[in-house]
Amino acid sequence: MKNNRKAVRFIIWLCITVALLVGSLVLGSPGGKQETIQETMRDAVLHGDNKISFFGMKDVNPALISAVTLTVVLLAAAALIRIFVIPKFKNVPGKFQLLLEQAVGMFDGLAKSNSPHKNGFLGAYLFGAGSYIFIGTLFELFGFQGVTTRGMSIALPAPLSDINAAIALGCLSYLVILSGGISVNGVRGVGRTLKDFSLPISMSFRLFGALLSGLLVTELVYYYINLSFVLPVIVGVLFTLLHALIQTYVLTMLTALFYGEVSEPYQKKPKKAKKAKKHHKQAIA
Amino acid sequence: MNIPLNIDWQQILLHLFNFMILAGGLYLLLYKPVKKFMDQRTADYQQMQDEAEQKLASARELEASYEEKMKEADAEILRKKTQAAKDAEESADAHLKAAREQAEKVLADAKESARKEQEKILFETQTKIAGLASEAVEKLLSTPAEEVYDQFLDSAERGDAHEA
Repeated sequence: MKNNRKAVRFIIWLCITVALLVGSLVLGSPGGKQETIQETMRDAVLHGDNKISFFGMKDVNPALISAVTLTVVLLAAAALIRIFVIPKFKNVPGKFQLLLEQAVGMFDGLAKSNSPHKNGFLGAYLFGAGSYIFIGTLFELFGFQGVTTRGMSIALPAPLSDINAAIALGCLSYLVILSGGISVNGVRGVGRTLKDFSLPISMSFRLFGALLSGLLVTELVYYYINLSFVLPVIVGVLFTLLHALIQTYVLTMLTALFYGEVSEPYQKKPKKAKKAKKHHKQAIA
Repeated sequence: MNIPLNIDWQQILLHLFNFMILAGGLYLLLYKPVKKFMDQRTADYQQMQDEAEQKLASARELEASYEEKMKEADAEILRKKTQAAKDAEESADAHLKAAREQAEKVLADAKESARKEQEKILFETQTKIAGLASEAVEKLLSTPAEEVYDQFLDSAERGDAHEA
């Protein structure tokens, strides 16, 4: 009896799947103006054509709209959690409380382990940046639609697939590192931070490159209908999840690492050691 | 100026502005209260642990003081036992000595009494003998010598017969 039911369910699922496949192949793409794959991918990199009006003030890249949408959604969720969940926290946590504590504890621990001397602000920054990168990268999976100024409908991309967002986050991370250096070591901290002058560029372009590559692969896969079956499960979901995790870890780890390095209190080297070293060099010479 | 990759400074600032709001909001709404709760819980557990350790330490101190007192009590008991045994021994010795002295005294008294009795008997006997002797002398003086001589022989014969 049970086996019969299972067989019936399987047949129904198979029929629906086949009907969807046939329907998508028969109907094809909707009419109207379409971009070529070259235009689509070039636009994904340069954001030259598809712009979205930012509250009627300015035409901006779709990623900025994604960023604002993400901020609104995240802040609303955070407010709801603050009002309804956090006051009911227990000493023995439930699943959701454990998730929140794990997230906060992870970034706090990252800050403490990499910058033991000063880490209060760093932990808060890493939590904000980590949440932004991780959830922002997963944002592209939801496929929220936006309407461009040219009247086309596009799926909102991950905020950090826009080079402006990547530069903003990379430079801000560098400024945070600089602030850590100044607050502990003053001018010496500035010197230590400026020593790694290429850091904002490398952090910005690493983020941009990683998220853009994900976007390009997704665009490529979804552009051709023949590639739109099964394959997106791997390249769309798994890859997005993977590079969301990796990029979150990389940026927060790098920021914490450099912050800890520049905020380490300066200690004078003993003169004897220097002299001994000098004598040793002379002896070798 | 046309910047490569369509970099737009205004949009960078907008992204920064957006991120600052997001980071500030997340800090106030999530990070700070959750961290405060976790820190409070850690402090509570730490306090509980400190209190437990403090109680354990005081219990150990109490145990040590009790053990010390027990040792002192054992030592006191031992000392008193030793003292009691010594006292008992001394008392027994004293009793024994007194008994011996008393026995010696009784014996000495008995000897003295016996000696006195002996002396008394001896004196009385001597007195009697003296009396008898004087009586005999008087009789001798009052009776003729032949009669005395016969009496002497009679008494000597009676005495031999008595011994035989």
